[in-house]
Amino acid sequence: MTIVSFDMRALTLIFPEMVLLGTALILLLLGLFWGEYAFRRVMLISKIALAAALVMVCATPSTRSVIFQGAFISDAFAILMKALTLLSALVVLIMSQRSLSSEDIAQYEYPILILFAVSGMMMMISSHDLISLFMGLELQSLSLYVLTALRRDNVKASEAGIKYFVLGSLSTGLLLYGCSLIYGYTGTTNFDTIASVLNGAKGTVLPIMFGLVFLCSGLVFKISAAPFHMWIPDVYEGTPTSITTFLASAPKVAGFALVTRVFMSPFLSMAGHWQVLLAAIAIASMVIGAFAALVQHNIKRFLAYSAIGNMGYALIGIIVGNEEGITASILYILLYLIMIVGVFACLLNTTRPSQEMNTIEDIKGLVRIHPGTAFILSFLLFSMAGIPPLAGFLGKFYIFKAAVSAKFYFITIIGVLSSVVAAAYYLWMVKTILIDEPPSNRWTEYRKSCRKEPTMTFILLGTVVGLIWFFIMPGPVVKVANDAAASLFGS
Amino acid sequence: MADLPLLSVIIFLPLIGSLFMLTMKGEEEVVAANARNVALWTSFLTFVLSLTLWVNFEEGQITYQFVENGKWMKDLGIRYHLGIDGISLFFVLLTTFLMPLCILASWESIAYRVREYMMAFLLLETFLVGMFCALDLVLFYVFFEGVLIPMFLIIGIWGGERRIYSCFKFFLYTFLGSVLMLVAILSIYYIVGSTDLPILTDFIFPLSAQKWLWLAFFAAFAVKVPMWPVHTWLPDAHVEAPTAGSVILAGILLKMGAYGFLRFSIPLFPQATIIFTPMVMALSLVAIIYTSLVALVQTDMKKLIAYSSVAHMGFVTLGIFTLNNQGMSGAVIQMLSHGVVSAALFLCVGVVYDRLHTRDIERYGGLVVRMPIYALFFMLFILGAIGLPGTSGFVGEFLVLIGAFQNNAGVATLAAFGIVLGPAYALWLYRRVIFGKLVHADLKTISDIKTREAIILMPLIGLVLWLGIYPQSFLKIINPAVKELVISCQEWTKDNAYYADLKRVGSKEQQKATILSYRANPQGKVL
Repeated sequence: MTIVSFDMRALTLIFPEMVLLGTALILLLLGLFWGEYAFRRVMLISKIALAAALVMVCATPSTRSVIFQGAFISDAFAILMKALTLLSALVVLIMSQRSLSSEDIAQYEYPILILFAVSGMMMMISSHDLISLFMGLELQSLSLYVLTALRRDNVKASEAGIKYFVLGSLSTGLLLYGCSLIYGYTGTTNFDTIASVLNGAKGTVLPIMFGLVFLCSGLVFKISAAPFHMWIPDVYEGTPTSITTFLASAPKVAGFALVTRVFMSPFLSMAGHWQVLLAAIAIASMVIGAFAALVQHNIKRFLAYSAIGNMGYALIGIIVGNEEGITASILYILLYLIMIVGVFACLLNTTRPSQEMNTIEDIKGLVRIHPGTAFILSFLLFSMAGIPPLAGFLGKFYIFKAAVSAKFYFITIIGVLSSVVAAAYYLWMVKTILIDEPPSNRWTEYRKSCRKEPTMTFILLGTVVGLIWFFIMPGPVVKVANDAAASLFGS
Repeated sequence: MADLPLLSVIIFLPLIGSLFMLTMKGEEEVVAANARNVALWTSFLTFVLSLTLWVNFEEGQITYQFVENGKWMKDLGIRYHLGIDGISLFFVLLTTFLMPLCILASWESIAYRVREYMMAFLLLETFLVGMFCALDLVLFYVFFEGVLIPMFLIIGIWGGERRIYSCFKFFLYTFLGSVLMLVAILSIYYIVGSTDLPILTDFIFPLSAQKWLWLAFFAAFAVKVPMWPVHTWLPDAHVEAPTAGSVILAGILLKMGAYGFLRFSIPLFPQATIIFTPMVMALSLVAIIYTSLVALVQTDMKKLIAYSSVAHMGFVTLGIFTLNNQGMSGAVIQMLSHGVVSAALFLCVGVVYDRLHTRDIERYGGLVVRMPIYALFFMLFILGAIGLPGTSGFVGEFLVLIGAFQNNAGVATLAAFGIVLGPAYALWLYRRVIFGKLVHADLKTISDIKTREAIILMPLIGLVLWLGIYPQSFLKIINPAVKELVISCQEWTKDNAYYADLKRVGSKEQQKATILSYRANPQGKVL
């Protein structure tokens, strides 16, 4: 029997994760006894737990430390990504409180599942070992499968859940196979050891190449980049809007962080090989995201394709594979997060109790019904289209700048051209909101059922102010992103 | 005055005005009336402030004036750098001058969502003035692209029947052109490590890079000018835009491209400019002759003026790429003249459109009987458009042709055909609308021009005559700035030892060494 040396420092580093998991487990029990108050109370406590974890994560020292025999890493990058994940989960919980009731899924399992998923994401972000990577990924994915199918009696939700589960399992299988190949060659699952083995290797190592391709497929599935994107439109469409909001925000950050970590830390020495792979994926995502979104009639399917395209842009930074590129990608993800949360907040804000905002028809002439929300939504859409002087432009600017300075001209040209196509559909949404006339009978009936919700207004204004502030003074945020990126390269 | 950041104030005053409108509450009609007034006074105040720029402008000084240089993106060294010279001064003035007129012109014709309309216009003014003042490529790009958003909304919301098609065409065409410029800006940043215009002007780009960069910038600016064959968005956008939208489109948006050539393409990439000059000349000639012919067969008044704009802008690009003093000064004057005249023509069309709600030339005729004052105004602007001596159009076209003759007599001869074709379509339009028999029943009750409309057109008439009779007050400020540009180009044509060196040496390594040696010596350009 080996005596495991127990380090208190290690415990403080994973304290946020422990708080979240502990809260989730306790709430699971308590929820049973609270009866009709369960949802409200569990929601409240979950929010507090997330906020507490957020504070703790922010307070963690940003020095790089690897704990638990190399399974878990904490550095500036992990802290930033965790903070973003927690923040978006918290905002989603706050936003979805009312709409969950109206969507008839006000079950106390919802916040608990989110807590589990977030714990999994934090594990993913901090993983420094193929095993902990897999555990985190699965904890997240399984919670998300259940969340997707939370509205049990709805055909579309069940279909989405099954689809997500089957395809997700397949991708997990691919990922595991890739991991086993890598383990088979290097004899280790630890990232640092893998990196040193690969550094010593001469020439192309075929089994590692195979392993890398499988691993990459599995990971790319999780961030829904093409050609592993088939599930995302259906899942977005099938889930209730409040859950879609969650699916569209936090898992994207975590998945992106994981992909960055895997390619920057153990496999950096093989950059020449995976750059081609990721470049193909990024180009496919940008092009498919741009063109497929043009023909969508459902808002959520449309946002799903926009997510695919945006992931393509974020991948460019990883492909560049240096500090500048990762900084750009972090900024891109950060801005995307703010914008997508804002867009979903607008959709939730305009949802009536009886009817969701589903098709493009539903938001026709929104400016006549909900002028404030309509303006903010158009602002966000213009920003997502990457038109200056809105913040989304800066995201693309940093990405393309990194790509150009690393001489990735081809992918840059594809990127800017598909951003023009993408602009067409964002503009189409803007046109629907601002220019089209609303169906007249709906207008009056609708206006009556509108209620203003202060928290929602606060979140909406927050996203707008955040975006404008970022545009005027990008300095501080860029510095944070830069520090996080630098920590990946061990400087 | 030195302490006040005058340019920033002029740029952001309209933005503040438009944000102020957001806070208005109350009955829709009250809000609309207030919005009109706020927009008018804000834009008027902006105009007055911009006049102080002219008053305090030091003639003959070739560096940028009213410079502001603040931090923006610290990590990249991209700065908030503003300043104006003799060329941009008048574009700023033109913008601030036309804006109150546009707002007055939309006083009654815009009946719904007035507040949003006025906000869009003030926002547009912010972007336009900012663009003409920006001395940093990224800052310039931000303003350059920002213009698209309000213009998209102005055409899309308050436009005519096919407004959706037009606003998308306008947006995507110009956006496609400018993203290529963005890539070029990024690679400039990569090569030089800065996007600051004064730094870039001193930098000598390698010839191979210059060609690509020039073409990328050309893509953005040619669409904006618009040059044949990428002009097709313009007639659609003009026809569908509300009157004031057309005025701004013709008056200022079209100048953005030509201004870009003057400010960026030529000083940054002089060698590439010389290489591509024949192409630009050819395209300009096609624009002058072909679009004039197209204008002849139009049945829609706005479309006719739109095509005539393409032809007039053909003169501008021709003038710019003569790369000599007369041609370039002529091009700037021609731009100012076209900004005033075409704006006035669209306003004139707007006057009758507000009464009859049609732009079909067939539906008019004999207006002189009912609207004599209008007929007089309209005639003055038509004469300005065809370049009658004494009006602004003459000075511009004359100087451009002088410049062109110095370069290439053949080109100048062909361009002179435009001077014949211009009166053909313009005078014919005038004859069909104003003269002839008054046959249509609804024209018999049409009322003459109102005081508000006369007030809008008066200053424009004054400007057309001022530019035509005494252009010296403008030329004395434009000329020094233009001379600087010409000198920077002539170094490459006449005493271009450096250019010849590049041609002579064979291998890439040698070329690189040559370039490096020139870079090491900042005065290396002049040998």
